[in-house]
Amino acid sequence: MKRFVVLLVFVLSVTLCGAAYAAFPAIPAEKINPGFVYIGPIGDGGWTYMHEQGRLAMEKEFPGVKSTFVESIPEGPDAARVFETMIRNGSKVIFGTTFGYMDFVQEVAKKYPDTIFMHCAGYKDAPNVGTYFGRMYQARYLSGLVAGKMTKKNRIGYVGAHPIPEVIRGINAFTQGVRKANPEAEVQVIWIFSWLDPGKEKEAAKALIDSGVDILAMHADTGATPQAAEEAGIYVIGYNNDMSAYAPTKHLTAPIWDWGMVYKETIGQVIKGTWQPSHIWYGLKEGMVALAPYGKDVPDLVKALVDVEKAKIVSGEWDVFHGPVKDQSGEVKVPEGAAMTDGEMLSMNWFVEGVKGDIPK
Amino acid sequence: MKLSIKVEPRLETPRMLGIAIPVISLAAALLSGAVFLFFMGVSPFQAYSTIIRSSLGDAYGLSETVVKAIPLAMAAIAVMLSFTMLIWNIGAEGQIFMGAIAAAAAVRYLFVDNHLAMFAIMFAAAGIAGGIWAAIAGYFRARWSVNEIITTLMLNYVAMNLLNYFVYGPWRDPASLGFPMTAPFPDAARLPSFWGTRIHAGLFLAILFPLIFWVILRFTRWGYEIRVMGENPKAAGFAGMSYIKNVVFVMFLSGAIAGIAGMCELSGLQGRLQHGFSGGYGYTAIIVAWLARLHPIAIILVSFLMGVLLVGGETLQIVMRLPLSSMLVLQGLILFFVLGGEFFRKFRIRILSGGATPPIATTSAKEEK
Repeated sequence: MKRFVVLLVFVLSVTLCGAAYAAFPAIPAEKINPGFVYIGPIGDGGWTYMHEQGRLAMEKEFPGVKSTFVESIPEGPDAARVFETMIRNGSKVIFGTTFGYMDFVQEVAKKYPDTIFMHCAGYKDAPNVGTYFGRMYQARYLSGLVAGKMTKKNRIGYVGAHPIPEVIRGINAFTQGVRKANPEAEVQVIWIFSWLDPGKEKEAAKALIDSGVDILAMHADTGATPQAAEEAGIYVIGYNNDMSAYAPTKHLTAPIWDWGMVYKETIGQVIKGTWQPSHIWYGLKEGMVALAPYGKDVPDLVKALVDVEKAKIVSGEWDVFHGPVKDQSGEVKVPEGAAMTDGEMLSMNWFVEGVKGDIPK
Repeated sequence: MKLSIKVEPRLETPRMLGIAIPVISLAAALLSGAVFLFFMGVSPFQAYSTIIRSSLGDAYGLSETVVKAIPLAMAAIAVMLSFTMLIWNIGAEGQIFMGAIAAAAAVRYLFVDNHLAMFAIMFAAAGIAGGIWAAIAGYFRARWSVNEIITTLMLNYVAMNLLNYFVYGPWRDPASLGFPMTAPFPDAARLPSFWGTRIHAGLFLAILFPLIFWVILRFTRWGYEIRVMGENPKAAGFAGMSYIKNVVFVMFLSGAIAGIAGMCELSGLQGRLQHGFSGGYGYTAIIVAWLARLHPIAIILVSFLMGVLLVGGETLQIVMRLPLSSMLVLQGLILFFVLGGEFFRKFRIRILSGGATPPIATTSAKEEK
């Protein structure tokens, strides 16, 4: 196992920092026609909604750029056709907004070396493929502070989509925040094995409520968990965007995305001719992740605590997975004075102390 | 004078109606779709020509339409078989998943570095796995009258979770950084594709299966038997046909074909097992089978048309910047009218004026003369 981890880290560091690619020649704004491929409908109120907001922000910044999008494309072979159809209809830049498109991005990118691909949440690059994601774990940590302070029963529920590093990292960061604010509190996780399934999401939320948690947090694409929390009258931490519309009285805050930042930056680079493949992973400092406005029940003392912790992260003085970090069994995974590397965080596959739940193995 | 509208079952469908109704239905669908598109602010003519052009207009579009039609045709043949016997297998989706899981297992545990051998092994594995999955529901139905609509549907979720178990657990690719998918298949486990497109060898099966079952259902004694058995299990029993045995066998065949469809999709297009693998082909296939009126050859045609609709729909979103929901409305309108047209094939509407209505049978019989 140990050797395997070392190998993984090696592979990651090679893929992350490895090959230097040449910059792409400039493309005039009116010829870019960027195409956005979404896993869900733009009205999902979460993940895809926020990508769509990012696309609109980009169009506002570059009025000469006419973009296009397709909704609800599953993480399967259909994605390849949508990419190719966009290219055949004039798109010079393609944004694939979910992890499961990775292989199909690679497949089509090989066939169209003159088209730029930006793939969200994946790890494979190519001379014409870059990736983008954000240090959501930092905002999750801040939201965990709020939850840790607000829980009375010291039991917090967490609806998780897929047991993959992205979600596990978020749960861990959230729990680190919860435990920082309240060392007694625990975070109970339920997996729903789906990004976009409001029905399942709500069922999982209800199951957690029935088990006695008094705050819910979530990592899925829709507003179903906040809805369930509002109905049951317990506090909730949203995700993706300000979800207070789904839980008007119970929404505490939410770790949120600003995808427009990447979309504007990418298109700007393409126009200038400076775009080259990279692995974008911006955090609180750059503003790609943030906290949504607080609900009215969050006391000023809690907000002050968040501000202090946020300042430490933004200044680079400290980050969420700086040691000591213990795993579920209490074993020290990151010793005092050490910190997890990006590669280790990107392949995180274990829970920190304070999480209740399993990762399927 | 009192006017009343009366709906009567037809004793016989005039031949001409069999052709006229689908044509009129389609025309009505396109017309109402045009009104809808007009109010969406786009030119209906341009929208329809975009659909046709992108799905049939060039080699690429045509090839992708075929790619989409391949799993649909196979899965539709699968459900058609059980529907013919009035057994409602709506679990083709789960059987597709089982076929894919079995094929991935074959690649993992029984790998031979030879295209033909590997194809045979995956074919058998997928067929058996999908077949058993459906036969379980079939046996429960035949032996204890357990509603197969429920069992086949529920088994879909079991199959999906089984796939999750494997891709998250024992089969997870160590190089995937913890992401749920198997390692990419070696070349010998990929179906060959042709003409520089994504059309893969599954095409032959998608044509072969309908032909085979057309011959079986139309010209063999067994094909006749399962139809009779579906309509009247008791009478079939008196005639010496074993209902249980046949239900289980038909369900096995049905599931096997769906499983093979899953194998083709996996090995032909995807090249590795990962979460979210089928695009709901098992459910769309039910619509295809009904639109084709359970006729095996018609299934090929309808699958292709469904491919046109699906591929063209995507392009419509890209080119005309229409939201997905407007595509769904358009597709829904077409299905609504075409299936609704069926009503007029089976029933007729008469407008009567005043007085008592004579019994249906006598009126109809008289008028048929």
